[in-house]
Amino acid sequence: MVIEGIAAGHLSITQRRKLGAAFVPEERLGHGTAPRMKLSENALLTGHAASGMVHHGFIDTAATLNTVDRATETFDVRKAKRDPEAASLSGGNLQKFIVGREILRNPAVLVVSQPTWGVDAGAAAVIRQALLDLATAGAAVLVTSQDLDELAEIADRIAVMFHGRLSAPLATSEASREKLGLLMGGSSLEPKEAAHAVGA
Amino acid sequence: MQLVLEKRAERSGTIALVSPLIAIGLTILTMVILFAILGKNPLLALHAYFIAPLTDGYSLQEIAVKATPLVMIAIGLSLCYLANAWNIGAEGQFLIGAVAGSWIAVRTQGTDAGAWVLPAMLVLAAAAGALYALIPAICKVKFGASEILTSLMLVYVADLFLDYLVRGPWRDPHGFNFPTTAEFDPVATVPLLIEGGRLHLGSIIALLVVAAAAILLARTIKGFEIRVVGAAPRAARFGGFNANQLVILTFAVSGALAGLAGIIEVAGPVGHLQPGISPGYGFTAIIVAFLGRLNPLGILIAGLFLALTFIGGEQAQIAMKIPLDVTKVFQGILLFYVLACDSLILYRFKLVFPNRQVTRGAG
Repeated sequence: MVIEGIAAGHLSITQRRKLGAAFVPEERLGHGTAPRMKLSENALLTGHAASGMVHHGFIDTAATLNTVDRATETFDVRKAKRDPEAASLSGGNLQKFIVGREILRNPAVLVVSQPTWGVDAGAAAVIRQALLDLATAGAAVLVTSQDLDELAEIADRIAVMFHGRLSAPLATSEASREKLGLLMGGSSLEPKEAAHAVGA
Repeated sequence: MQLVLEKRAERSGTIALVSPLIAIGLTILTMVILFAILGKNPLLALHAYFIAPLTDGYSLQEIAVKATPLVMIAIGLSLCYLANAWNIGAEGQFLIGAVAGSWIAVRTQGTDAGAWVLPAMLVLAAAAGALYALIPAICKVKFGASEILTSLMLVYVADLFLDYLVRGPWRDPHGFNFPTTAEFDPVATVPLLIEGGRLHLGSIIALLVVAAAAILLARTIKGFEIRVVGAAPRAARFGGFNANQLVILTFAVSGALAGLAGIIEVAGPVGHLQPGISPGYGFTAIIVAFLGRLNPLGILIAGLFLALTFIGGEQAQIAMKIPLDVTKVFQGILLFYVLACDSLILYRFKLVFPNRQVTRGAG
């Protein structure tokens, strides 16, 4: 694994973050956030490494709150007060906060797992647009999703994972439902075989 | 049909503060029944326990003196418990700290060693307590040994080691064969705050420890790590925090504080090393930590309250011939109610009927 030309495979999570790696896990409560902690503390969870939130070991509360405010504004996070507990937000709003928290760090590489899983349509559109904007700005964005429509909408290239093996990536324009379906069934899309399968 | 504990979705802040008060109320109610069974007048007994010690200056000072080790140890334990590391062996770390610090006092006895003696004793005691606490911490991290068992068992090792020293090599030659060291020299003694009183410098140190812990937990990234590792372990790993490292750190800090409390007790109120220097401070501090909600300020208040039960127990024994062990019963019942109230606040009982169970999570 290489981030910005630096081998990152042996680095710690914090060191990888400093190089510009960011990750949005699939599970919002308990993995992506500490449910019983405030949003500002959850901003600190992934922001402590690089974002100027910690000075000589002391937390800069203004900086953590600032991240909450910026995420709220940019991604339209709806919440009852300025800095509530993560668990008090609805799933969609918490997901917008988590994605926003990572994007505001300006990552070079963003890995997102199930970005809009269980999220309402409005929030999902906001999140997808944010991922597209980040990619346009030059970041590498890797999305893992079970939602083929979503992938067709936002991906440049699609690869299929089957039994731990990743297929060669297809350009989204070439990735028809049939081809993706075959790959998901374990076919390796050998030209002849694929033609046969598609023909059938 | 099955009775299960289900986590409550909402959690109110006020009830979390009220819970220890409910526990204290229930404990006092239980004690009233216990006093009645013992054939004592419950009202007089409660007066002796909780009111009488607050009415004269000497016992007020004595409460602060007893609260000093309780608060220092409980602050350390609260850091462990917040990080999901279960140090039950503070009593042993307290004794080892007392022994290590006393070593300097015994070796410099009768020499013209200067003012460096007491600071050196404090530092060595804290270091020894930390190292002793690292044994269960490292066994947990390296071999997965339960720190609850190993830290508890090491209490008895420390207890017997102290016993051996004061009966053998360190026994006061002029002490009529009593198992104790000679009285420490003035340079090896914790200074009193008020001449002729009981309050000593240790109480100031305990207050500083409370303030430091409050700042650590609320304002620093280390404090945040400790809280998040305990509250949401997977989120903590995602955040890049190493739970094992925090087990080592919190055990070391709590061991150091217990060791420091040990030498302050020996070089302060006791004045020499002997068996029975602790009436179970290390165990009572567990109750203090939970009654204080693992919060530094709460621990200060809870420490004073449990110190009151020690002093009140002595008063009740003198005034009403109530056995001193009743104090331990009181403390045990109190811990029971504190944990019970907490469980009922965070969880609720629910009856589950297997034939009517609904499967969830189809999506």
